[in-house]
Amino acid sequence: MLGVARRRLGCGGFSSSMLGQTLERIRLSNSILPRSFASAAKEITVRDALNSALDEEMSADSKVILMGEEVGEYQGAYKISKGLLDKYGPERVIDTPITEAGFTGIGVGAAYYGLRPVIEFMTFNFSLQAIDHIINSAAKSNYMSAGQISVPIVFRGPNGAAAGVGAQHSQCFASWYATCPGLKVLCPYSAEDARGLLKAAIRDPDPVVFLENELMYGESFPVSDEVLDSSFCLPIGKAKIEREGKDVTITAFSKMVGYALKAAEILSKEGISAEVINLRSIRPLDRATINSSVRKTNRLVTVEEGFPQHGVGAEICTSVVEESFEYLDAPVERIAGADVPMPYAANLERMAVPQVEDIVRAVKRTCYRSVPMAATA
Amino acid sequence: MACMVSRSRMANQLRGKMSFLLGTCMRSSWTSSKATVCSTSAHRHRFPSSFMPMLLFQRFSTAKAGECVSQPCDDPNDQGLDFPGGKVSFSAEMRFLSGSPEERISCYRVLDDYGHIISGSSFQQINKEVALKIYQDMVTLQTMDIIFYEAQRQGRISFYLTSIGEEAINIASAAALTMDDIVLPQYREPGVLLWRGFTLQEFANHNFGNKSDYGKGRQMPIHYGCKRLNYFTISSPISTQLPQAVGVAYSLKMDRKNACAITYFGDGATSEGDFHAALNFAAVLEVPIIFFCRNNGWAISTPTTEQFRSDGAVIKGQAYGIRSIRVDGNDALAVYSAVRAAREMVISECQPVFVEALTYRVGHHSTSDDSTKYRPLDEIEHWRTARDPVSRYRKWIERNGWWNDEVEDNLRSNVKKELLKAIQIAERLEKPAINELFTDVYDEAPSNLHEQEKSLREMIKKHPEDYPSDVPI
Repeated sequence: MLGVARRRLGCGGFSSSMLGQTLERIRLSNSILPRSFASAAKEITVRDALNSALDEEMSADSKVILMGEEVGEYQGAYKISKGLLDKYGPERVIDTPITEAGFTGIGVGAAYYGLRPVIEFMTFNFSLQAIDHIINSAAKSNYMSAGQISVPIVFRGPNGAAAGVGAQHSQCFASWYATCPGLKVLCPYSAEDARGLLKAAIRDPDPVVFLENELMYGESFPVSDEVLDSSFCLPIGKAKIEREGKDVTITAFSKMVGYALKAAEILSKEGISAEVINLRSIRPLDRATINSSVRKTNRLVTVEEGFPQHGVGAEICTSVVEESFEYLDAPVERIAGADVPMPYAANLERMAVPQVEDIVRAVKRTCYRSVPMAATA
Repeated sequence: MACMVSRSRMANQLRGKMSFLLGTCMRSSWTSSKATVCSTSAHRHRFPSSFMPMLLFQRFSTAKAGECVSQPCDDPNDQGLDFPGGKVSFSAEMRFLSGSPEERISCYRVLDDYGHIISGSSFQQINKEVALKIYQDMVTLQTMDIIFYEAQRQGRISFYLTSIGEEAINIASAAALTMDDIVLPQYREPGVLLWRGFTLQEFANHNFGNKSDYGKGRQMPIHYGCKRLNYFTISSPISTQLPQAVGVAYSLKMDRKNACAITYFGDGATSEGDFHAALNFAAVLEVPIIFFCRNNGWAISTPTTEQFRSDGAVIKGQAYGIRSIRVDGNDALAVYSAVRAAREMVISECQPVFVEALTYRVGHHSTSDDSTKYRPLDEIEHWRTARDPVSRYRKWIERNGWWNDEVEDNLRSNVKKELLKAIQIAERLEKPAINELFTDVYDEAPSNLHEQEKSLREMIKKHPEDYPSDVPI
């Protein structure tokens, strides 16, 4: 994020010719995506996946609007809305004054009355300034009005720990929003997730909190033709088994899916076959997929970057205890962020979020390849 | 956010804020200054923070030293500043704006205390039919408040909240709108719903939370909502309806509809952040919305003197660049005329209008409140009698020869009868069925809700004696 801050600072000093060049680049970039699709490698970044999903849904439905700080002229703090202002105009790509409660409330009102707004938070940390509209209005209005007011709205933006941006820019809100009935909460990991889930979120009649990760925006993933088709969409509430295994189940979402996959790779060299579940949807939670995996592997490690208490891991653990307790061969291990506000210093920051080796160690403990934590206490 | 915020302000200054649909002169002046801003941006964006204080400081020191050195200057740059929003002239005088103007903003009124039209007043003519419906609905609202309030005191409903003293605001503002206009109310405007055709039976069904309630018994009493009548379900947190109304207005604007949004709120609501966000966004996005502030003097026990130090709420509208008016909220003709004119303006110009109606909350805040604990009885009594909007308006229709005691007695007794019957029916109607506990959380219930419902039904089957008998399974 600091990188972005620097770039933004630079923008303040643009001469008019520089500004002109930037606009030129922006116009060109409209056509970048289809070209990269056609390339042999068929890899796209999460950023392009999100951008193309927004673009296609805005093109398919004139009721879809995008609103937030810097989403138009500036093309988004993270350039997710690149090219959209040029294509859809200022009526549908709306730069707003700096008031989260304002544009979130306006988005909710617009959704009450026929539009399908996509609200961008520059980061989800700032959504706290608008949380009343998300929890008390968006999530509850359909119920309170007995179906008279539906709220088809998407709240999206980067969530969770970025790098070197301290306590107020580094927090995972998955469990915050997932605790609230009426909301759906999605966390994409790959480009496929980003495209399929964002398109599903925009088409969904209910309010969706869509939690992206800043550090994933630039990551590239191979994608199939099916994923690139404009009709592509993923079901909400279904997890994806990213890697099949038989010895232990690892659940993860967002950036941690990549860590879990890396851990699984390391573990495979030591003869441990780990099944990695990419949750994709935190609410509704795909309890069926998690429990059937645990019934097969008999072991569970949950991974998340958020705080441990009342976290997503706690909910998954409860679900497994409720439904599959007798299948467990070892205590459930929970890997989460440290129970402290995020420190800024790089060395401390690294210690505050889960690392691949934390997952490897936890799996070894559940598989009794090392001494379980409880035994060392 | 801090670091990002400061950057975005710079970016904002660099770019033309976009507007669309109905163009205004405001935009063209901004566009003309845009080129200048871009070409000298490096200098410009430092200007507001550093240059201005320096300028002030120098003038201040000059004055202090008593050296009068000002020379006439021909430099055109000294005539004023071409600044986003329009030209700003320079002044040699160091003058702070006053926090409170010497004279308070006046209050638009048509009817005097005796029901006479004030000579020279400009107002919208209304025909006999509309004039009488306004009166009849004000009386109906009064009667409804008395009877539902009593029903709450008897323990038949859990909560109620009256609009006594604010009947003119409720009914006359509603009369000035059309049915296509979208209402985002607070909770002291049931009269708007009444005017639109919500029946006494529908009011009763809601307050008793029975199966015919449009909210399926999910909202506490007086949180009415009716899609058919374009009246949004009431939101309890104060002010949330304001930015949402701006969103509704934005949607109307995109659809090029010949309609506006109107949102109601009290004086207390003006202290919420949402109020300020809504006004600012409405002005910037240029949407057809009427902000209607019922300044009734009290936010539960907080008087307006402890709520704000500005000249009421109307001045805040102006501060956000919104056309604003203060009206006598107890004068039905003034409220009607102002809202009618506001409606025409917001739709034809696609701009917001702010209306502050001065009135008084004659009743307690709600049935959970006893306002005699914090305000003098004679103050309440004065507003209840001498300033009653209903009797003032009655004097006017009587003077027109449209009303008399006999019709009055008939009306009051009929409304009372009808309401008591509605309450009896509402009380006897079945409560919502058990499946309604789980519907509408989502458009389609996810599996965990089906599981919960199944488990609840099994539990009731096993232990029927532990569950209320009035819930249809």
